[in-house]
Amino acid sequence: MVEVDLLVDAIFQAYGHDFRDYSRASLTRRLLKAVEDEKVGTLSGLQERILHDSACMDRVLNVLSVHVTSMFRDPSFYRKLRTDVLPYLETYPHIRIWVAGCATGEEVYSLAILLQEANLLERTRLYATDVNPAVLDKAREGIFPLQAVRKYTQNYIDSGGTQDFSGYYSARYGHAKMSKSLHRGVLFSSHNLVTDASFNEFHLILCRNVMIYFNLELQARVHGLLFESLRRLGTLCLGRGEVLRGSPHEGAFDVISASERIFQRIR
Amino acid sequence: MKAVKKVVVIGASLGGIAALEVVLGAMPSSFDAAVAIVQHRAVDSSDRLLAILRRGASIELSEAFDKQPLVAGEFVIAPPGYHMMVDETCFSLSTEAHVQGARPSIDVLFESAARSFGRRAAAVVLTSASEDGAAGARMVEASGGFVVIQDPDEALSSCLPAAAIESCERPRVMELAGIAGHLVQERAL
Repeated sequence: MVEVDLLVDAIFQAYGHDFRDYSRASLTRRLLKAVEDEKVGTLSGLQERILHDSACMDRVLNVLSVHVTSMFRDPSFYRKLRTDVLPYLETYPHIRIWVAGCATGEEVYSLAILLQEANLLERTRLYATDVNPAVLDKAREGIFPLQAVRKYTQNYIDSGGTQDFSGYYSARYGHAKMSKSLHRGVLFSSHNLVTDASFNEFHLILCRNVMIYFNLELQARVHGLLFESLRRLGTLCLGRGEVLRGSPHEGAFDVISASERIFQRIR
Repeated sequence: MKAVKKVVVIGASLGGIAALEVVLGAMPSSFDAAVAIVQHRAVDSSDRLLAILRRGASIELSEAFDKQPLVAGEFVIAPPGYHMMVDETCFSLSTEAHVQGARPSIDVLFESAARSFGRRAAAVVLTSASEDGAAGARMVEASGGFVVIQDPDEALSSCLPAAAIESCERPRVMELAGIAGHLVQERAL
């Protein structure tokens, strides 16, 4: 679609936000949603408004960069983390973990619960990053709708959790606030996978369902960044629908679990 | 790899597994379009669905992974918990919000096929108890593609077929048994 190309170029030139290497189908879908939200009729109409109104750009950025997640999404993945990855992390005195593209933090708290149950949270530094500061604020708060959290309880049990899940949050006014103890060692900060550099070496990186919004070229670049940020023998976790095939470093990994997309850097 | 010229998108929900067995079972092993299927299912549904659909079928069928290339004659089904879209040369997955209560959503797949393939897209609407897919079928048609709809009288759940007949202008309504043959014969794609 010519209009998408023009709009994406206009956004890049006017604001520096680079969506040129995003997956076209989902990008188009979101932009058309923004057309609806802004009641501008066409993508060209959206372009005109964006160029003349930076508040509109901010709203569209939110439409473009927020994705939906849940706690213990894919319980079998978390079960595998418990059995096949945590025992390995246990061998390190200090553990560094990166959740890249943490959105509103559901995955971060799920992981913190796992670490706490394995008595590893105290010696873990968990970096949770996202490109969108608004969702990071939400993630930092750790407040989720109670109704959703109740649904997560079954996920938690399916992931091998044996504690009383309600012990991990306090419920008030229809919301659940995640327990303070889970925040220990968690650092939420802004990071752009597309433009920012590697900032540490990690024992474990979760980057699940983030790169699906990128095209293959951009995926390869981000894979390069993740690879650089992973210690040798460190573990990389992708989403269930993602494969390592897009990584230029595929050959440097061993498969820990093919179905759960868990890979270990061996070189 | 040769760029695929055509795409067929298929959507089903309640009763869909049995219906898909009939359609896929009658498809030949060589086919000149890439085929993408959304069957509504639970997030934790296992690989059994694939096994059931492969049984008795001579086609290549797999669960889609992100950026999987579109290849003529290959059939993919959307993984649970993801929307599946077709880009010009590959499938893309997304975890955007549910559409009409569903993820994967039939509308999301159909609309992406309409946008990326225009008149080179065909949509097949099968039994389903929700209306997810009716708007997408309309869009495939509006972009120049054609829409095949399972006869609502025969469908286990007629909700989607009836809604799609309502939303489309020139739907081809037919019994399940004839759909595969129609797709194979169709030259106007």
